[in-house]
Amino acid sequence: MIRLENVNKLYRRTSAPALHEISLEVARGEFVFVVGPSGSGKSTLLRLILCEEQASSGNVLVAGRELSRLPRRKVPALRREIGTVFQDFRLLPNKDVYQNVAFTLQVLGKSRHAIKAVVPETLEMVGLAGKEKRLPHQLSGGEQQRVAIARAFVNKPTILLADEPTGNLDPTTSLDIVRLLDRINRTGTTIVMATHDEGIVDQLLKRVLELDEGVLVRDQMRGGYGGRR
Amino acid sequence: MRPQFILSEIWVGLRRNLSMSISVALVTMVSVLFLGLGILAQRQVDTMKDYWYDRVQVSIFLCTAKSDLPNCSTGAVTSSQRLEIRSQLAAMRPLVKDVFPESQQQAYDRARAQYPDSSTYRDIKPSQMPESFRIQLTDPTKYDVITSSFVGAPGVADVQDQRRILDPLFNVLRGLSFGALVLAGLMVLCSVLLVATTIRQAAFSRRRETGIMRLVGASAFNIQLPFILETLIATVVGSALAIGLLWALVRNGVGYLGKLLPVNFITTADVWAVAPWLVATAAGLSILTAWLTLRRYLKV
Repeated sequence: MIRLENVNKLYRRTSAPALHEISLEVARGEFVFVVGPSGSGKSTLLRLILCEEQASSGNVLVAGRELSRLPRRKVPALRREIGTVFQDFRLLPNKDVYQNVAFTLQVLGKSRHAIKAVVPETLEMVGLAGKEKRLPHQLSGGEQQRVAIARAFVNKPTILLADEPTGNLDPTTSLDIVRLLDRINRTGTTIVMATHDEGIVDQLLKRVLELDEGVLVRDQMRGGYGGRR
Repeated sequence: MRPQFILSEIWVGLRRNLSMSISVALVTMVSVLFLGLGILAQRQVDTMKDYWYDRVQVSIFLCTAKSDLPNCSTGAVTSSQRLEIRSQLAAMRPLVKDVFPESQQQAYDRARAQYPDSSTYRDIKPSQMPESFRIQLTDPTKYDVITSSFVGAPGVADVQDQRRILDPLFNVLRGLSFGALVLAGLMVLCSVLLVATTIRQAAFSRRRETGIMRLVGASAFNIQLPFILETLIATVVGSALAIGLLWALVRNGVGYLGKLLPVNFITTADVWAVAPWLVATAAGLSILTAWLTLRRYLKV
Protein backbone atom coordinates (compact mmCIF):
# COMPACT_ATOMS: atom_id res chain seq x y z
CA MET A 1 0.00 0.00 0.00
CA ILE A 2 2.84 2.40 0.93
CA ARG A 3 6.46 1.87 -0.09
CA LEU A 4 9.45 4.15 0.35
CA GLU A 5 12.72 3.31 -1.39
CA ASN A 6 15.88 5.16 -0.31
CA VAL A 7 13.93 8.34 0.29
CA ASN A 8 15.74 11.52 1.21
CA LYS A 9 14.12 14.82 1.98
CA LEU A 10 16.12 17.98 2.38
CA TYR A 11 14.36 21.27 3.01
CA ARG A 12 15.82 24.39 1.52
CA ARG A 13 18.07 26.45 3.78
CA THR A 14 18.68 23.53 6.15
CA SER A 15 21.83 21.50 6.26
CA ALA A 16 20.55 18.32 7.94
CA PRO A 17 18.10 16.18 5.92
CA ALA A 18 14.57 15.83 7.31
CA LEU A 19 14.60 12.21 6.12
CA HIS A 20 17.68 10.19 5.26
CA GLU A 21 17.70 7.02 3.14
CA ILE A 22 14.34 5.79 4.36
CA SER A 23 13.16 2.46 2.98
CA LEU A 24 10.01 0.84 4.33
CA GLU A 25 6.83 -0.85 3.27
CA VAL A 26 3.37 -0.75 4.83
CA ALA A 27 1.00 -3.46 3.66
CA ARG A 28 -2.72 -3.02 2.99
CA GLY A 29 -4.73 -3.10 6.23
CA GLU A 30 -1.73 -2.57 8.56
CA PHE A 31 -1.76 -0.30 11.62
CA VAL A 32 1.60 1.42 12.03
CA PHE A 33 2.82 3.84 14.68
CA VAL A 34 5.53 6.28 13.64
CA VAL A 35 7.38 7.39 16.77
CA GLY A 36 10.34 9.59 17.52
CA PRO A 37 11.19 12.91 19.16
CA SER A 38 10.08 16.27 17.76
CA GLY A 39 11.93 17.08 14.54
CA SER A 40 12.73 13.42 13.85
CA GLY A 41 10.84 13.53 10.51
CA LYS A 42 7.47 11.94 11.41
CA SER A 43 5.35 14.72 9.92
CA THR A 44 7.61 14.95 6.87
CA LEU A 45 7.06 11.25 6.26
CA LEU A 46 3.27 11.75 6.37
CA ARG A 47 3.50 14.81 4.12
CA LEU A 48 5.45 12.79 1.55
CA ILE A 49 2.78 10.07 1.57
CA LEU A 50 0.06 12.73 1.15
CA CYS A 51 2.02 14.27 -1.73
CA GLU A 52 2.19 17.60 0.13
CA GLU A 53 5.94 17.45 -0.34
CA GLN A 54 8.13 15.79 -2.94
CA ALA A 55 11.07 13.61 -1.92
CA SER A 56 14.47 15.11 -2.79
CA SER A 57 15.53 11.65 -3.98
CA GLY A 58 14.25 8.08 -3.88
CA ASN A 59 10.82 6.69 -4.66
CA VAL A 60 7.56 7.03 -2.76
CA LEU A 61 4.80 4.67 -3.90
CA VAL A 62 1.31 5.09 -2.49
CA ALA A 63 -1.74 3.06 -3.57
CA GLY A 64 0.05 1.94 -6.70
CA ARG A 65 1.22 5.40 -7.74
CA GLU A 66 4.79 6.58 -7.95
CA LEU A 67 4.51 10.06 -6.50
CA SER A 68 7.56 11.60 -8.15
CA ARG A 69 5.97 10.87 -11.53
CA LEU A 70 2.42 11.77 -10.53
CA PRO A 71 1.18 14.81 -12.50
CA ARG A 72 -0.26 17.62 -10.36
CA ARG A 73 -3.72 17.15 -11.82
CA LYS A 74 -3.78 13.55 -10.55
CA VAL A 75 -2.85 14.45 -6.95
CA PRO A 76 -6.53 15.08 -5.93
CA ALA A 77 -7.43 11.53 -7.02
CA LEU A 78 -4.65 10.16 -4.79
CA ARG A 79 -5.84 12.26 -1.85
CA ARG A 80 -9.35 10.86 -2.24
CA GLU A 81 -7.85 7.54 -1.21
CA ILE A 82 -6.21 9.03 1.87
CA GLY A 83 -7.97 10.37 4.96
CA THR A 84 -6.04 12.75 7.20
CA VAL A 85 -6.41 13.60 10.89
CA PHE A 86 -4.40 16.28 12.71
CA GLN A 87 -3.60 17.18 16.27
CA ASP A 88 -5.53 20.48 16.01
CA PHE A 89 -8.67 18.82 14.53
CA ARG A 90 -9.04 21.50 11.78
CA LEU A 91 -12.83 21.62 11.92
CA LEU A 92 -14.84 24.38 10.27
CA PRO A 93 -16.04 26.47 13.24
CA ASN A 94 -19.19 27.80 11.55
CA LYS A 95 -20.45 24.38 10.46
CA ASP A 96 -22.09 21.86 12.77
CA VAL A 97 -20.93 18.26 13.23
CA TYR A 98 -23.08 16.94 10.38
CA GLN A 99 -22.00 19.72 7.99
CA ASN A 100 -18.32 19.25 8.85
CA VAL A 101 -18.50 15.58 7.94
CA ALA A 102 -20.74 16.16 4.91
CA PHE A 103 -18.30 18.83 3.63
CA THR A 104 -15.90 16.15 2.35
CA LEU A 105 -18.61 14.48 0.30
CA GLN A 106 -20.04 17.79 -0.94
CA VAL A 107 -16.62 18.90 -2.12
CA LEU A 108 -16.26 15.62 -3.98
CA GLY A 109 -19.63 16.12 -5.67
CA LYS A 110 -21.53 13.26 -4.02
CA SER A 111 -25.32 13.34 -4.31
CA ARG A 112 -27.47 14.64 -1.46
CA HIS A 113 -29.02 11.22 -1.21
CA ALA A 114 -25.63 9.54 -0.74
CA ILE A 115 -24.58 12.17 1.81
CA LYS A 116 -27.79 11.64 3.82
CA ALA A 117 -27.09 7.91 3.91
CA VAL A 118 -23.38 7.91 4.69
CA VAL A 119 -22.91 10.78 7.15
CA PRO A 120 -25.23 9.51 9.95
CA GLU A 121 -23.74 6.05 9.56
CA THR A 122 -20.21 7.43 9.96
CA LEU A 123 -21.20 9.63 12.90
CA GLU A 124 -22.71 6.58 14.58
CA MET A 125 -19.52 4.64 14.01
CA VAL A 126 -17.38 7.32 15.69
CA GLY A 127 -19.85 7.61 18.57
CA LEU A 128 -21.35 10.98 17.77
CA ALA A 129 -24.93 9.97 16.97
CA GLY A 130 -27.30 12.60 18.40
CA LYS A 131 -24.68 15.37 18.30
CA GLU A 132 -25.13 16.26 14.61
CA LYS A 133 -26.35 19.80 15.27
CA ARG A 134 -23.58 20.78 17.69
CA LEU A 135 -20.99 23.32 16.61
CA PRO A 136 -17.32 22.45 17.20
CA HIS A 137 -16.99 24.83 20.16
CA GLN A 138 -19.85 22.97 21.89
CA LEU A 139 -17.86 19.73 21.84
CA SER A 140 -15.04 18.36 24.01
CA GLY A 141 -11.58 17.85 22.52
CA GLY A 142 -12.17 14.11 22.15
CA GLU A 143 -15.48 14.71 20.41
CA GLN A 144 -13.90 17.23 18.06
CA GLN A 145 -11.25 14.68 17.14
CA ARG A 146 -14.01 12.13 16.50
CA VAL A 147 -15.63 14.60 14.08
CA ALA A 148 -12.26 15.02 12.36
CA ILE A 149 -11.89 11.22 12.12
CA ALA A 150 -15.44 10.91 10.76
CA ARG A 151 -14.64 13.55 8.15
CA ALA A 152 -11.45 11.73 7.16
CA PHE A 153 -13.18 8.36 7.02
CA VAL A 154 -16.55 9.28 5.50
CA ASN A 155 -15.26 8.79 1.96
CA LYS A 156 -13.95 5.32 2.92
CA PRO A 157 -10.29 5.95 2.14
CA THR A 158 -7.90 3.04 1.82
CA ILE A 159 -5.28 4.83 3.93
CA LEU A 160 -5.76 7.01 7.00
CA LEU A 161 -2.88 9.21 8.12
CA ALA A 162 -3.03 10.57 11.66
CA ASP A 163 -0.49 13.19 12.70
CA GLU A 164 -0.37 13.25 16.52
CA PRO A 165 -4.17 12.85 16.78
CA THR A 166 -4.03 12.52 20.57
CA GLY A 167 -1.57 15.36 21.13
CA ASN A 168 -4.26 17.67 22.56
CA LEU A 169 -6.18 15.05 24.52
CA ASP A 170 -6.06 13.55 28.00
CA PRO A 171 -4.85 9.91 28.35
CA THR A 172 -8.33 8.34 28.64
CA THR A 173 -9.71 10.25 25.65
CA SER A 174 -6.53 9.49 23.74
CA LEU A 175 -7.05 5.80 24.29
CA ASP A 176 -10.67 6.10 23.09
CA ILE A 177 -9.48 7.83 19.93
CA VAL A 178 -6.86 5.18 19.19
CA ARG A 179 -9.41 2.43 19.80
CA LEU A 180 -11.63 4.17 17.28
CA LEU A 181 -8.75 4.20 14.79
CA ASP A 182 -8.20 0.52 15.55
CA ARG A 183 -11.88 -0.17 14.73
CA ILE A 184 -11.46 1.69 11.45
CA ASN A 185 -8.33 -0.37 10.78
CA ARG A 186 -10.37 -3.53 11.16
CA THR A 187 -12.58 -2.44 8.27
CA GLY A 188 -9.49 -2.83 6.08
CA THR A 189 -8.17 0.73 6.14
CA THR A 190 -4.40 1.08 6.44
CA ILE A 191 -3.51 3.39 9.33
CA VAL A 192 -0.27 5.31 9.76
CA MET A 193 -0.22 7.27 13.01
CA ALA A 194 2.58 9.58 14.07
CA THR A 195 2.62 9.92 17.83
CA HIS A 196 4.52 10.88 20.96
CA ASP A 197 2.11 9.02 23.18
CA GLU A 198 4.12 6.34 24.88
CA GLY A 199 1.18 4.82 26.77
CA ILE A 200 -0.87 4.24 23.65
CA VAL A 201 1.94 2.65 21.67
CA ASP A 202 2.77 0.38 24.57
CA GLN A 203 -0.86 -0.58 25.09
CA LEU A 204 -1.77 -1.40 21.50
CA LEU A 205 1.45 -3.23 20.57
CA LYS A 206 1.26 -2.60 16.84
CA ARG A 207 4.08 -2.26 14.33
CA VAL A 208 6.37 0.64 15.27
CA LEU A 209 8.60 2.69 12.96
CA GLU A 210 11.01 4.81 14.96
CA LEU A 211 12.68 7.83 13.42
CA ASP A 212 15.60 9.71 14.89
CA GLU A 213 17.00 12.79 13.12
CA GLY A 214 15.47 11.62 9.86
CA VAL A 215 16.87 8.10 10.06
CA LEU A 216 14.70 5.01 10.47
CA VAL A 217 16.29 3.45 13.53
CA ARG A 218 13.67 0.77 14.28
CA ASP A 219 11.01 -1.15 12.40
CA GLN A 220 9.45 -3.52 14.89
CA MET A 221 6.33 -5.66 14.70
CA ARG A 222 4.20 -5.49 17.89
CA GLY A 223 6.64 -3.03 19.40
CA GLY A 224 6.44 -0.61 22.31
CA TYR A 225 7.34 3.08 22.31
CA GLY A 226 10.88 2.58 23.62
CA GLY A 227 11.61 -0.71 21.91
CA ARG A 228 10.13 -3.00 24.56
CA ARG A 229 8.23 -6.05 23.40
CA MET B 1 -19.08 19.83 -6.81
CA ARG B 2 -22.84 20.15 -7.07
CA PRO B 3 -24.20 23.55 -8.21
CA GLN B 4 -26.25 23.98 -5.04
CA PHE B 5 -23.17 23.48 -2.85
CA ILE B 6 -21.16 25.91 -4.99
CA LEU B 7 -23.94 28.50 -4.72
CA SER B 8 -24.12 28.12 -0.95
CA GLU B 9 -20.32 28.48 -0.71
CA ILE B 10 -20.47 31.61 -2.89
CA TRP B 11 -23.25 33.06 -0.75
CA VAL B 12 -21.27 32.44 2.44
CA GLY B 13 -18.14 33.90 0.81
CA LEU B 14 -19.91 37.04 -0.41
CA ARG B 15 -21.54 37.57 2.98
CA ARG B 16 -18.29 37.07 4.87
CA ASN B 17 -16.41 39.40 2.53
CA LEU B 18 -19.29 41.81 1.98
CA SER B 19 -17.42 45.13 2.25
CA MET B 20 -14.70 43.97 -0.14
CA SER B 21 -17.28 42.58 -2.57
CA ILE B 22 -19.10 45.93 -2.52
CA SER B 23 -15.85 47.81 -3.13
CA VAL B 24 -15.03 45.51 -6.09
CA ALA B 25 -18.51 46.16 -7.51
CA LEU B 26 -18.18 49.95 -7.06
CA VAL B 27 -14.66 50.23 -8.47
CA THR B 28 -15.73 48.07 -11.41
CA MET B 29 -18.73 50.36 -11.87
CA VAL B 30 -16.52 53.47 -12.07
CA SER B 31 -14.03 51.76 -14.45
CA VAL B 32 -16.75 50.47 -16.75
CA LEU B 33 -18.47 53.87 -16.61
CA PHE B 34 -15.31 55.62 -17.84
CA LEU B 35 -14.67 52.92 -20.41
CA GLY B 36 -18.25 53.26 -21.60
CA LEU B 37 -18.00 57.06 -21.70
CA GLY B 38 -14.85 56.84 -23.80
CA ILE B 39 -16.39 54.41 -26.26
CA LEU B 40 -19.66 56.33 -26.42
CA ALA B 41 -17.80 59.63 -26.99
CA GLN B 42 -16.01 57.94 -29.88
CA ARG B 43 -19.37 56.78 -31.23
CA GLN B 44 -20.69 60.33 -30.83
CA VAL B 45 -17.81 61.63 -32.97
CA ASP B 46 -18.58 58.97 -35.59
CA THR B 47 -22.30 59.74 -35.49
CA MET B 48 -21.66 63.46 -35.92
CA LYS B 49 -19.16 62.81 -38.69
CA ASP B 50 -21.64 60.64 -40.54
CA TYR B 51 -24.28 63.31 -40.09
CA TRP B 52 -22.18 66.29 -41.08
CA TYR B 53 -20.02 64.71 -43.73
CA ASP B 54 -23.21 63.81 -45.55
CA ARG B 55 -24.05 67.48 -45.59
CA VAL B 56 -20.71 69.22 -46.01
CA GLN B 57 -19.64 70.22 -49.43
CA VAL B 58 -16.49 71.16 -51.20
CA SER B 59 -16.87 74.54 -52.86
CA ILE B 60 -15.01 75.62 -55.99
CA PHE B 61 -15.17 79.43 -56.07
CA LEU B 62 -14.77 80.96 -59.49
CA CYS B 63 -13.03 84.21 -60.35
CA THR B 64 -15.05 87.42 -60.42
CA ALA B 65 -14.10 90.52 -62.42
CA LYS B 66 -12.69 92.10 -59.28
CA SER B 67 -10.99 89.08 -57.72
CA ASP B 68 -7.52 89.97 -56.51
CA LEU B 69 -6.40 86.38 -56.12
CA PRO B 70 -3.29 85.49 -58.16
CA ASN B 71 -5.14 82.90 -60.23
CA CYS B 72 -7.78 85.48 -61.27
CA SER B 73 -5.41 88.01 -62.88
CA THR B 74 -7.05 87.38 -66.25
CA GLY B 75 -10.44 88.55 -64.91
CA ALA B 76 -13.80 86.84 -64.41
CA VAL B 77 -14.27 83.20 -65.29
CA THR B 78 -15.17 82.68 -68.93
CA SER B 79 -17.98 80.45 -70.12
CA SER B 80 -15.47 78.05 -71.72
CA GLN B 81 -13.56 77.81 -68.42
CA ARG B 82 -16.88 77.18 -66.64
CA LEU B 83 -17.74 74.43 -69.12
CA GLU B 84 -14.30 72.90 -68.72
CA ILE B 85 -14.76 72.75 -64.92
CA ARG B 86 -18.22 71.19 -65.36
CA SER B 87 -16.99 68.52 -67.72
CA GLN B 88 -14.02 67.79 -65.44
CA LEU B 89 -16.40 67.36 -62.50
CA ALA B 90 -18.66 65.11 -64.57
CA ALA B 91 -15.63 62.95 -65.36
CA MET B 92 -14.94 62.56 -61.64
CA ARG B 93 -18.08 60.56 -60.90
CA PRO B 94 -18.70 58.47 -58.83
CA LEU B 95 -16.45 60.35 -56.34
CA VAL B 96 -18.44 63.46 -57.18
CA LYS B 97 -21.96 62.64 -56.06
CA ASP B 98 -23.74 65.91 -56.85
CA VAL B 99 -22.81 69.30 -58.26
CA PHE B 100 -24.86 72.36 -57.36
CA PRO B 101 -23.88 75.45 -59.37
CA GLU B 102 -24.45 78.70 -57.47
CA SER B 103 -24.66 81.91 -59.46
CA GLN B 104 -23.46 85.30 -58.18
CA GLN B 105 -27.08 86.37 -57.55
CA GLN B 106 -27.84 83.14 -55.63
CA ALA B 107 -24.68 83.61 -53.55
CA TYR B 108 -25.66 87.18 -52.78
CA ASP B 109 -29.25 86.19 -51.83
CA ARG B 110 -28.02 83.38 -49.57
CA ALA B 111 -25.52 85.65 -47.82
CA ARG B 112 -28.16 88.31 -47.24
CA ALA B 113 -30.60 85.71 -45.93
CA GLN B 114 -27.98 84.21 -43.60
CA TYR B 115 -26.63 87.52 -42.31
CA PRO B 116 -29.51 90.06 -42.65
CA ASP B 117 -27.93 92.51 -40.19
CA SER B 118 -24.39 92.41 -41.55
CA SER B 119 -23.14 95.72 -42.87
CA THR B 120 -20.62 93.90 -45.09
CA TYR B 121 -23.30 92.31 -47.21
CA ARG B 122 -25.51 95.41 -47.17
CA ASP B 123 -22.95 97.42 -49.11
CA ILE B 124 -21.85 94.91 -51.71
CA LYS B 125 -23.39 94.04 -55.03
CA PRO B 126 -24.19 90.60 -56.47
CA SER B 127 -21.43 91.02 -59.03
CA GLN B 128 -18.89 91.10 -56.20
CA MET B 129 -19.99 87.73 -54.90
CA PRO B 130 -18.12 84.74 -56.35
CA GLU B 131 -19.94 82.23 -58.47
CA SER B 132 -19.27 78.64 -57.29
CA PHE B 133 -19.82 74.94 -57.73
CA ARG B 134 -20.95 73.24 -54.53
CA ILE B 135 -19.87 69.64 -54.71
CA GLN B 136 -21.02 66.70 -52.63
CA LEU B 137 -18.59 63.80 -52.49
CA THR B 138 -19.44 60.13 -52.02
CA ASP B 139 -16.38 59.92 -49.75
CA PRO B 140 -15.81 63.31 -48.06
CA THR B 141 -12.34 62.29 -46.88
CA LYS B 142 -11.15 62.33 -50.52
CA TYR B 143 -11.35 66.08 -50.61
CA ASP B 144 -7.70 66.22 -51.73
CA VAL B 145 -8.63 64.85 -55.17
CA ILE B 146 -10.80 67.90 -55.84
CA THR B 147 -8.22 70.30 -54.41
CA SER B 148 -5.39 68.92 -56.51
CA SER B 149 -7.53 68.95 -59.64
CA PHE B 150 -8.92 72.48 -59.34
CA VAL B 151 -6.57 74.65 -57.31
CA GLY B 152 -4.80 76.84 -59.85
CA ALA B 153 -7.08 75.74 -62.71
CA PRO B 154 -8.11 78.55 -65.09
CA GLY B 155 -11.08 80.51 -63.74
CA VAL B 156 -10.89 78.96 -60.25
CA ALA B 157 -10.32 81.45 -57.43
CA ASP B 158 -10.23 79.01 -54.52
CA VAL B 159 -11.29 75.55 -53.37
CA GLN B 160 -12.71 75.24 -49.86
CA ASP B 161 -13.69 72.18 -47.84
CA GLN B 162 -16.37 72.77 -45.20
CA ARG B 163 -15.07 69.72 -43.38
CA ARG B 164 -12.17 71.84 -42.20
CA ILE B 165 -14.56 73.98 -40.20
CA LEU B 166 -15.89 70.93 -38.35
CA ASP B 167 -12.59 69.19 -37.77
CA PRO B 168 -11.56 71.25 -34.70
CA LEU B 169 -14.86 70.27 -33.05
CA PHE B 170 -14.30 66.63 -33.85
CA ASN B 171 -10.75 66.89 -32.54
CA VAL B 172 -12.01 68.25 -29.22
CA LEU B 173 -14.55 65.42 -28.96
CA ARG B 174 -11.92 62.87 -29.90
CA GLY B 175 -9.62 64.36 -27.24
CA LEU B 176 -12.37 64.03 -24.63
CA SER B 177 -12.99 60.46 -25.70
CA PHE B 178 -9.27 59.70 -25.46
CA GLY B 179 -9.14 61.31 -22.01
CA ALA B 180 -12.06 59.17 -20.86
CA LEU B 181 -10.31 56.06 -22.17
CA VAL B 182 -7.06 56.97 -20.37
CA LEU B 183 -9.03 57.45 -17.13
CA ALA B 184 -10.81 54.18 -17.84
CA GLY B 185 -7.41 52.49 -18.23
CA LEU B 186 -6.31 53.81 -14.81
CA MET B 187 -9.58 52.76 -13.22
CA VAL B 188 -9.34 49.31 -14.79
CA LEU B 189 -5.84 49.02 -13.31
CA CYS B 190 -7.28 50.03 -9.91
CA SER B 191 -10.02 47.42 -10.17
CA VAL B 192 -7.56 44.70 -11.24
CA LEU B 193 -5.38 45.49 -8.22
CA LEU B 194 -8.42 45.60 -5.93
CA VAL B 195 -9.70 42.26 -7.24
CA ALA B 196 -6.25 40.76 -6.67
CA THR B 197 -6.15 42.12 -3.08
CA THR B 198 -9.71 40.96 -2.40
CA ILE B 199 -9.02 37.46 -3.67
CA ARG B 200 -5.84 37.31 -1.65
CA GLN B 201 -7.70 38.34 1.49
CA ALA B 202 -10.57 35.93 0.79
CA ALA B 203 -8.11 33.08 0.17
CA PHE B 204 -6.41 33.88 3.48
CA SER B 205 -9.64 34.11 5.46
CA ARG B 206 -10.85 30.80 4.03
CA ARG B 207 -7.55 28.92 4.19
CA ARG B 208 -9.05 26.40 6.61
CA GLU B 209 -11.84 25.46 4.17
CA THR B 210 -9.53 25.36 1.18
CA GLY B 211 -6.99 23.35 3.17
CA ILE B 212 -9.64 20.74 3.95
CA MET B 213 -10.89 20.75 0.35
CA ARG B 214 -7.34 20.07 -0.79
CA LEU B 215 -6.81 17.29 1.73
CA VAL B 216 -9.98 15.44 0.82
CA GLY B 217 -9.04 15.52 -2.86
CA ALA B 218 -10.91 18.43 -4.42
CA SER B 219 -9.41 19.43 -7.75
CA ALA B 220 -7.71 22.82 -8.17
CA PHE B 221 -10.62 23.93 -10.37
CA ASN B 222 -13.18 23.07 -7.68
CA ILE B 223 -11.19 24.88 -4.99
CA GLN B 224 -10.76 28.00 -7.13
CA LEU B 225 -14.25 28.07 -8.63
CA PRO B 226 -16.15 29.70 -5.70
CA PHE B 227 -13.56 32.51 -5.49
CA ILE B 228 -13.71 33.14 -9.24
CA LEU B 229 -17.51 33.11 -9.28
CA GLU B 230 -17.71 35.49 -6.32
CA THR B 231 -15.44 37.95 -8.13
CA LEU B 232 -17.43 37.48 -11.31
CA ILE B 233 -20.70 38.26 -9.52
CA ALA B 234 -19.26 41.46 -7.98
CA THR B 235 -17.87 42.50 -11.37
CA VAL B 236 -21.09 41.82 -13.24
CA VAL B 237 -23.07 43.77 -10.63
CA GLY B 238 -20.62 46.68 -10.99
CA SER B 239 -20.81 46.55 -14.79
CA ALA B 240 -24.62 46.43 -14.71
CA LEU B 241 -24.68 49.53 -12.48
CA ALA B 242 -22.30 51.31 -14.86
CA ILE B 243 -24.46 50.43 -17.86
CA GLY B 244 -27.52 51.69 -15.99
CA LEU B 245 -25.73 54.99 -15.35
CA LEU B 246 -24.62 55.26 -18.99
CA TRP B 247 -28.17 54.57 -20.11
CA ALA B 248 -29.58 57.24 -17.77
CA LEU B 249 -26.90 59.71 -18.89
CA VAL B 250 -27.58 59.17 -22.59
CA ARG B 251 -31.35 59.09 -22.19
CA ASN B 252 -31.64 62.21 -20.03
CA GLY B 253 -28.44 64.20 -20.65
CA VAL B 254 -27.72 63.56 -24.31
CA GLY B 255 -31.43 63.23 -25.10
CA TYR B 256 -32.00 66.72 -23.63
CA LEU B 257 -29.14 68.19 -25.70
CA GLY B 258 -30.62 66.51 -28.78
CA LYS B 259 -33.79 68.54 -28.29
CA LEU B 260 -31.84 71.79 -28.05
CA LEU B 261 -29.21 71.40 -30.76
CA PRO B 262 -29.63 70.47 -34.43
CA VAL B 263 -27.01 67.74 -34.12
CA ASN B 264 -27.36 63.99 -34.42
CA PHE B 265 -26.60 62.51 -30.98
CA ILE B 266 -26.03 58.93 -29.85
CA THR B 267 -29.05 57.19 -28.34
CA THR B 268 -29.68 54.49 -25.76
CA ALA B 269 -29.41 52.00 -28.65
CA ASP B 270 -25.69 52.87 -28.73
CA VAL B 271 -25.47 52.08 -24.98
CA TRP B 272 -27.04 48.66 -25.59
CA ALA B 273 -24.67 48.10 -28.50
CA VAL B 274 -21.55 48.63 -26.37
CA ALA B 275 -22.98 47.06 -23.17
CA PRO B 276 -22.14 43.40 -24.00
CA TRP B 277 -18.55 44.37 -24.80
CA LEU B 278 -18.21 46.33 -21.57
CA VAL B 279 -19.56 43.43 -19.48
CA ALA B 280 -17.43 40.90 -21.37
CA THR B 281 -14.27 43.01 -20.91
CA ALA B 282 -14.90 43.52 -17.18
CA ALA B 283 -15.82 39.87 -16.63
CA GLY B 284 -12.88 38.58 -18.67
CA LEU B 285 -10.42 40.78 -16.81
CA SER B 286 -11.79 39.82 -13.40
CA ILE B 287 -11.69 36.10 -14.19
CA LEU B 288 -8.12 36.40 -15.45
CA THR B 289 -7.02 38.44 -12.42
CA ALA B 290 -8.76 36.07 -10.01
CA TRP B 291 -7.25 33.01 -11.66
CA LEU B 292 -3.72 34.45 -11.68
CA THR B 293 -4.02 35.60 -8.05
CA LEU B 294 -5.37 32.22 -6.94
CA ARG B 295 -2.55 30.44 -8.72
CA ARG B 296 -0.13 32.50 -6.67
CA TYR B 297 -1.84 32.72 -3.30
CA LEU B 298 -4.06 29.64 -3.01
CA LYS B 299 -2.21 26.40 -2.51
CA VAL B 300 -4.05 23.64 -4.34
